[in-house]
Amino acid sequence: MELFFDTYVWPALLIVIQSLALLVILLIYVAYIIYADRKIWAAVQARRGPNVVGPWGLLQSFADMLKFIVKEPVIPSGANKSVFLLAPLVSAVLALAAWAVIPVADGWVVASINVGILYVFAISSLEVYGVIMGGWASNSKYPFLGALRSAAQMVSYEVSIGFVIVTVLLCVGSLNLSDIVLSQGDGLGTRLGLPNSFLDWHWLGLFPMFVIFFISALAETNRPPFDLVEAESELVAGHMVEYSSGPYMLFMLSEYVAICLMSALATVLFLGGWLPPIAVAPFTWVPGVVWFVLKASAVFFMISLVKAFVPRYRYDQLMRLGWKVFLPISIFMVVATAFVLKLTGWSA
Amino acid sequence: MLTGLAAAFFYLFALIAVASAVMVIAARNPVHSVLFLILTFFNAAALFLLTGAEFLAMILLVVYVGAVAVLFLFVVMMLDVDFAELKAGALQYAPIGALVGIILVAELAVVLGGYALSPNVAASVAEPMRDLAERHNTAQLGDILYTDYVYAFQIAGLVLLVAMIGAIVLTLRHKEGVKRQVIADQVARDHRTAIEVRKVESGKGI
Repeated sequence: MELFFDTYVWPALLIVIQSLALLVILLIYVAYIIYADRKIWAAVQARRGPNVVGPWGLLQSFADMLKFIVKEPVIPSGANKSVFLLAPLVSAVLALAAWAVIPVADGWVVASINVGILYVFAISSLEVYGVIMGGWASNSKYPFLGALRSAAQMVSYEVSIGFVIVTVLLCVGSLNLSDIVLSQGDGLGTRLGLPNSFLDWHWLGLFPMFVIFFISALAETNRPPFDLVEAESELVAGHMVEYSSGPYMLFMLSEYVAICLMSALATVLFLGGWLPPIAVAPFTWVPGVVWFVLKASAVFFMISLVKAFVPRYRYDQLMRLGWKVFLPISIFMVVATAFVLKLTGWSA
Repeated sequence: MLTGLAAAFFYLFALIAVASAVMVIAARNPVHSVLFLILTFFNAAALFLLTGAEFLAMILLVVYVGAVAVLFLFVVMMLDVDFAELKAGALQYAPIGALVGIILVAELAVVLGGYALSPNVAASVAEPMRDLAERHNTAQLGDILYTDYVYAFQIAGLVLLVAMIGAIVLTLRHKEGVKRQVIADQVARDHRTAIEVRKVESGKGI
């Protein structure tokens, strides 16, 4: 019996506690990400943004959450009930599940699996289901149009994200996310004889891919300027038109969790994860998780600014950008990176 | 052999996979059928994971669930399916369906019979997988695809490319008189080509 507890029960309990800790911290972070998004947007437009609930409006997201929970969920009579309710659940579960393999500091990861990056890629390619199911089950025109748009959009931009990941993997030689971060400990900077610093991270060596990843991440998470799925002026709110209260909250939550995931992924792939910007005394004292959160927040800040600055793309322009611009560039970069690595012998 | 917890998970995933596979053909709504198909794929991926084939499991999710099934769902949602008509004509396809079923059962019997007669039959075909501690699953697949059989792999890729180009050629229609946006022309415009300054006499148009 003791063996049973040692091999199954305690490890399982440990994983549950780790997952819960990650989820709680993540959700609180997301609450403030939503607040930050609204504040940044407001600041760009010379408004104040949320400033009533709590000091400086800091508790706004929690007030919103309470409102969503106590409101009445309305299910349209023509809707396909089971799929209608399943869609937001699928969205939220998938968005949160991807976080299992994200290393927030050295060794701080719930599941350090060999194919970590593929797992994240697989889960993020599944997120389209929440949108399609929600759009179809609503049994209404606008949600369905939104779902069709999102299916094409997300499948298109996954291709270029896949190639971006391939180039990073060529440089690293491992699919484990912790290995990807650790391999950025030395790079271009150290080859020039400098100490370990931000010059070693992949953003410098693979700069075009970093840009492509950032823009594709916007398209993949349906953020402006690629939010055609829920374009207010055309589709009201796309797949979310018929949703209210709890189910709507799950959709919105999964959207922001997916955005945080993309920020975290950009941090891991290109910005050296938990590594300090310069590996000298005052910077190395700061725990890795702080650097990770700072970098991910910086990426989110950029995503948030894009929402405020850039007007929405037209749908054919979006498709053109994905297939005619990003795909050729990223295929070329894969080949070029492979050549450089082979010729210089830098590959892992 | 799977034992203990792994065996329990195997039976769980296998049970869900079989049950949802049954639901694919039993569900009345075709969209529900596709959703159950996705659940089947999902559980197949989990079964791959249990055998240590983690790369295959993830690729199954990315390719089949993330792309192929999305297009299935897309098509099924767009189709206007008349259920009464479907049911009326269902019986006339029964002989063909039965034939396919019989062939599948025969093949399964041959495969399973092979195991029953000589349990080591799998080992005689090829070494299925080297020790995972020695070289992990993804690297082993890479060795086979890109080192041992690279030409066969490239040819397979070429065949797919030709098929894809063929499909595009078949469906491509050139319409005359369609206005298209040429981004390069738009970007190349500047104030000299876009704006013209003219003297206009007062009281007259251009």
